[in-house]
Amino acid sequence: MHIHKYEKWWLTFGAAMLIAFLVIVGVSAFHGGTHPNNSKWTINYEKVDEIAPFDNPGVHKVEGKDWDYEVVLVASAFSYNPMEIEIPVGSKVRFIATTKDVIHGFEVAGTNINFMLEPGYVSEKITTVDKVGEYVIVCNEYCGTGHAMMYSTLKVVDADDNSNSH
Amino acid sequence: MTTATVTKEIKNKNSSKENTTTKEFTKVDRRDAKLALAHIYVAFIALLLGGLAGLLQVFVRSGQFTLPAGINYYQILTVHGVLLGLILTTYFILGFQTAAISRTSGPLSNKQRTIGWVGFWIMTIGTAAAAIMVLLNEASVLYTFYAPLQAHWIYYLGLALVVVGSWTVSLSQGLRYIQWRKENKGKTSPLLSFMVVVNNLMWFVCTLGVAAEVLFQLLPWSLGLVERVDVLLSRTLFWYFGHALVYFWLLPAYMIWYTVLPKIIGAKIFSDSLARLAFMLFLLFSIPVGVHHQLTEPGIDGFWKFLQVVLTFFVVVPSLLTAFSMFATFEMRGRELGGKGLFGWFKKLPWKDSRFLLPFIGMVAFIPGGAGGIVNASYQMNELIHNTIWVTGHFHLTVATTVVLTYFGAAFWLIPHLTGRVLTKKMNDLAVTSGIMWTVGMFIMSSAMHIAGLLGAPRRSEYSTYGGSEQAAEWIPYQIAQAVGGTILFITILLIIGIVINLIWFAPKGEEEFPLAELAHGAEKTPAILENFKLWGVILVALILIAYTFPIFDIINNSPLGSTGYKFW
Repeated sequence: MHIHKYEKWWLTFGAAMLIAFLVIVGVSAFHGGTHPNNSKWTINYEKVDEIAPFDNPGVHKVEGKDWDYEVVLVASAFSYNPMEIEIPVGSKVRFIATTKDVIHGFEVAGTNINFMLEPGYVSEKITTVDKVGEYVIVCNEYCGTGHAMMYSTLKVVDADDNSNSH
Repeated sequence: MTTATVTKEIKNKNSSKENTTTKEFTKVDRRDAKLALAHIYVAFIALLLGGLAGLLQVFVRSGQFTLPAGINYYQILTVHGVLLGLILTTYFILGFQTAAISRTSGPLSNKQRTIGWVGFWIMTIGTAAAAIMVLLNEASVLYTFYAPLQAHWIYYLGLALVVVGSWTVSLSQGLRYIQWRKENKGKTSPLLSFMVVVNNLMWFVCTLGVAAEVLFQLLPWSLGLVERVDVLLSRTLFWYFGHALVYFWLLPAYMIWYTVLPKIIGAKIFSDSLARLAFMLFLLFSIPVGVHHQLTEPGIDGFWKFLQVVLTFFVVVPSLLTAFSMFATFEMRGRELGGKGLFGWFKKLPWKDSRFLLPFIGMVAFIPGGAGGIVNASYQMNELIHNTIWVTGHFHLTVATTVVLTYFGAAFWLIPHLTGRVLTKKMNDLAVTSGIMWTVGMFIMSSAMHIAGLLGAPRRSEYSTYGGSEQAAEWIPYQIAQAVGGTILFITILLIIGIVINLIWFAPKGEEEFPLAELAHGAEKTPAILENFKLWGVILVALILIAYTFPIFDIINNSPLGSTGYKFW
């Protein structure tokens, strides 16, 4: 099968780009640990309210772990519990979330904190909140009539402000 | 197929007796034309109704308009997705492919044609059944019908019938190809027929996933025969199908680019072998890649997600092959016509011919469309845009520009070819206008969607201020821009429907060509291995098993309590 000289160059260039690109993505994921949500944690979605940690949704400061805060969140049609999350800037946070009914989304708008909540599974994301601001958390997977009414708020505040208020 | 049929239809060809091996078919058989047209009629009705639903959506999302009492936004969204994503595409593709087979392999036999009609009616009954359930607001679950939202069982059954019907129509096309191969042992099959068969084979293998989801999970569950459904398994089966679905839309556009466009500009096919190789690579890398739609989901291991990301990216190879072939064809022809300098050839192309212009715009749109697709499939990068309206903007470039503009450009010669009329200069000029209007409308709408998505605006959501959020307020100007673009697109749809009506009933009678390019003189014989379906089939199955066996085993093994159905609309 004859392949034109320029086409060979073109395909070689394309294949080289492809390999370089996949290596970057792969090294970042497996060496840098930037995987998206891959949690294998399962739960009885009908009894979420009784099972720890979802029996106590909210923001919890933790000690002796690789992260500073745990945010435990429960989604159900058409709301999130808690409705507001406040965390000092620069904190390392582990988001732990699940749903009590259908599939919902959990997206901190404009950031890469974005994953699916599926009945029976707990989703997780560990990240550092490094920019002060008020972020809207939206449900980005269609869940029914009230889908677009489903939101929460993440407030990333100056560390000083936070210590004053406590 | 009888010899009598062939000779009657192909008047300008020799009327030799039994031997069809050297016969060149230049026209679609009149009876096959009816079958093809039936599909195309449904496709354009779906375009009109689905386009209207899209118009209502962008209006609602602008915040300036609310739907009249009783109509649910997500009901309209379901109409839009089903009619444009599933019905318009599948019907147009199968209609075009029936014509393509008849044109290149020869008229269908009576039996093959009957199978085609049976398939058409199974699909149409299924479409009607699903449509009734959507209109009754019993199925506002969108075209992806994610469990545990539970639609009426008739909706699932209707969609299953669409799939079964499409298999049946594909079978009639496949049988004609097999007949050609038998009658022409040792010869290279017509390129366009080969491409049709590859696309149908891909369609069959991928739809097995969604068929399994519907038959073994959703139907028994919605009928109340089983109480619970494994949600993650159902989604994984859906996306086993869902990504190949987009290649099923795309490959007929590629057929038109490879085999029709060179003829329209007066060129030959750049390389028969490379075209076939590109199609085979699409076949291989269409199915073992679906998990890249599930990158942010729990329950699937990162290793397997990444493996499917790698397999997804192999599609770059046939895409680059195609881009090279197309632009090489254009440049060589432009230079033949006297184009000088680096870009002089560009001016020599037939820009005023809608049959060329619309598919060409489609190709150009595929450059940003493909680049956006790379972002979407890029593992971690997916987290930024997953389920934002960026994704909607992405596939309005790929399927709703690249693919449908190519279909429209083809419809403008295919419909008159099938109805025995001609595309007049006036209609051609209107068609050129429609292509330009589509480009303007889609540029506005899709750009606004991409930007709003990067800012975080979710897809599949009606108008909301999210409790007065400042971020959500930033999205609203882009939503108004989407309404402006969407309005231009709907007006364009009306224009296109007008042209189609003209071509069906009012255009002057005559003979419109079904353009089909020939191989360049002295082209090498295509290696037989490219037509060895057994070999490629084995590789395809092996890749699917590698990519899916462990993840599915894992999903079933670790499955939590299944879900009961919910009707939250």
